[in-house]
Amino acid sequence: MTKRFALGIFDDEDVLLHAVENVREAGVKIYEVFTPFPIHGMDDALGIERSRLPIAAFFFGLTGLSFALWMQIYMLGFDWPMIIGGKPHIALPSFIPVSFELTVLFCCHGMVITFYTISKLYPRWKTPVLDVRSTDDKFVVAIEVNENTDMTKLTQLLRDNGASEVNQKEMSKF
Amino acid sequence: MQHVSPVREPLVTGGKTYHDVTQDVSRQVEAAPNIRWMAALSVALVLLGVFFYSVYRTLWYGIGEWGLNKTVGWAWDITNFVWWVGIGHAGTLISAVLLLFRQKWRTSINRAAEAMTIFAVICAAMFPVLHMGRPWLAYWVFPLQNTFGSLWVNFNSPLLWDVFAISTYFSVSLVFWYTGLVPDFATIRDRAKGPIAKVAYSLLSFGWRGSAKHWSRYETVSLILAGVSTPLVLSVHTIVSMDFATSVVPGWHTTIFPPYFVAGAIFSGFAMVLTLMLITRVVFKLEDYITIEHIALMNKIMMVTGSIVGVAYITEFFIAWYSQVEFEQYAFINRATGPYWWAYWSMMTCNVITPQLVWIRRVRYSIPLTFVLSIIVNIGMWFERFVIIVTSLHRDYLPSSWVMFSPSIIDIGIYVGTIGLFFTLFLLFAKFFPVINMAEVKSVLKYTVDNGPTYTGHDPHHHTPQPATTHGVPASASVNYDKHD
Repeated sequence: MTKRFALGIFDDEDVLLHAVENVREAGVKIYEVFTPFPIHGMDDALGIERSRLPIAAFFFGLTGLSFALWMQIYMLGFDWPMIIGGKPHIALPSFIPVSFELTVLFCCHGMVITFYTISKLYPRWKTPVLDVRSTDDKFVVAIEVNENTDMTKLTQLLRDNGASEVNQKEMSKF
Repeated sequence: MQHVSPVREPLVTGGKTYHDVTQDVSRQVEAAPNIRWMAALSVALVLLGVFFYSVYRTLWYGIGEWGLNKTVGWAWDITNFVWWVGIGHAGTLISAVLLLFRQKWRTSINRAAEAMTIFAVICAAMFPVLHMGRPWLAYWVFPLQNTFGSLWVNFNSPLLWDVFAISTYFSVSLVFWYTGLVPDFATIRDRAKGPIAKVAYSLLSFGWRGSAKHWSRYETVSLILAGVSTPLVLSVHTIVSMDFATSVVPGWHTTIFPPYFVAGAIFSGFAMVLTLMLITRVVFKLEDYITIEHIALMNKIMMVTGSIVGVAYITEFFIAWYSQVEFEQYAFINRATGPYWWAYWSMMTCNVITPQLVWIRRVRYSIPLTFVLSIIVNIGMWFERFVIIVTSLHRDYLPSSWVMFSPSIIDIGIYVGTIGLFFTLFLLFAKFFPVINMAEVKSVLKYTVDNGPTYTGHDPHHHTPQPATTHGVPASASVNYDKHD
C-alpha cells in the first residue's frame, strides 16, 4: 500500500521541538519524526509513552539470577554432590560470581533482543527513507496525507513553525 | 532539565555544524584506503602471521613449546591474558561509567575505546584457550556433563568464574558497541554511492531510520546497558584477580587484589586508549573531535588510577611485613631484591613515577609526552603482571625446586602475534566503521550554548524560537573562553 507523506524539514532541534508541539496542538497528527540524534524532550512533545524496557530488563535479569542459582545448586548440590575444598555442597558464597554474571548476561541480551524485536529492526537489503538527510543534519516531521488534506494550510503551518522546506513523498513499503 | 554553563570549554572545536560532523567522520569510511593505513595494516598482518605460526607450533608440538617448567607453570600466557583483559577495561569504563557520571566528553572517544575493548578481550581469550593444549575441547569449560561420566564443572573455582565473567563481558560489550553503531551505519548507508556499500551498510544498520520512538527506546537501552555494565566491568577484573587471590601462594594470597587489579586495569586501559587516540586523531584528521582537552582529561584519569596502583604496591609490602608470615615476607623481599629485581623496579618506575608527572600541566597538555607516557605505562603494566606471577612462583616452599623462567621464542611469538591481531582488527574497524559516534557528538555540539531556547516540558507560553548556533560558541561573546584548568 502506498502512503503519501508531507515532510517538514527543520534545521535546528529546538525549533523542531516547538514546531512539533504547535503542530500537534493545531490538531494535525504526526506520523513520525526522524532525527539524526536523540533529542531530549521529544518524547513529551510527541506524547511517546515511557518505554517499559527497564521492566523487561529487570525480569530478564531475575530470570538469569534464578537460572544461575538453580543450575549451580542442582548440579553441585543434588545431581553429583562432591566435597570440594571441604566446603558444603551448596556453597552459596562461591556461587555469587557466576550468579552475578548470568544476571547481567540475561538482562542485557534479553533487553537488547526485545528492543530490536519491538522496534522491528533487523538486517535488510534495502532501507527506504523519507529523506536521506534525516540521518545527517536535518530533522524531518512526517505527516501522513491523502487527497482530502489541505496541503496549502499544512505547508503554511509547518512554515510558520520554522520548517525550512516542506516536501511531499510517496512511499510504498513503509 | 540540565543547566548549561556559559563557561564550559566546547567539547568539539572548529565550529562544526551537524553536517561537518557527518562529513569528517564518514570521510575515511568512504575514501579509498590511504597509504599510511595500508602500511600500518601490512605491519599488523606480518605480526598476525607470527601469531598463526606460533599457534601452529603450540598446537602441533604441544605446550612444551613454551618456556614453562615444573615450578613456573604459569608465566607469559597468564601475564599476557591479564594485560590484555586490563586494557579491555577502558572501553566499557568510558562508555558506561562516564555515561552514568554525565561526562559528555566521552562521546568523541567511546566508539574507538569500545572497539579496543572488544579486540583486547579477543586477544586475551587466546591465552587461556591455547594453554588448554586442546583448544577444540574449549567448550568443556561450560557446564556440560563430562562426556565420560556425569561430572559437572566446579562452580567453586575462580577459573570457572573467569569463564563466565569474560564471556559475559565480551558479549555485553559487543552488543553495547553494536547498538551504538547502528545509527551511524544508517548515516553512512544514506550517503553511500556504490551498490555494494549501500547493501552492506543497509544490512549493518538494521533498517535504522532515526525515528523519534526508536531514539527514545535507544536511549533507555543505552542507559540500562551502562548501568549494568558498570558493576560488570568492575566484576571482571575482580574475578581475574581472584584467580590469584584465592590461592595459597605467598604474594598472591591478598585481599587487596580486587580493587588493586581494577585500578590497574583502568590505568592500563586508559594508557592504551591514549596511544590509539593520539594516532587516530592525526591519521584521520580528527583533531577537532579528540581535542587536547580530551587528552588532558584522560591523563588525569591515568594519574588517579596510577596513584591507586602505587599505593597498592606499597600496601602489599607493608602487609607482608605486618603479617609476620615468613613466606609472605620472603616473597616480597625476593621480588624487590631477588633475581627478578629488574622486572620489579621497571614496574615501579613505569607505574609509580610516570603517572605523577601528569600533575605538571605542561606534561598533561603535551601530545608527544602523553604518547611516550602512555607507552611507558603499558610496558609497566605488563611488568606488573609478570612480577606478580613469575616472582611469586619461581621460588616456592621447596628450595630444591627453585628455578628461573625464560620465555621461549614461541612465547614471544604468541605475545607479539596478539599485538598483530589487535592492530589488524583495530585498523579494519577504523577503515570500515565510523571511529567516532556521530549521533552522540551531534547531540553535544551545543554543549556550550546558553542562548538557545530551552525546552522545559509542556510550556503553555510559546515564544517564537530562535535557532541557536551550532558552532559550539554562544552568541554572548562576553564570555571568557580562556583555559581554566
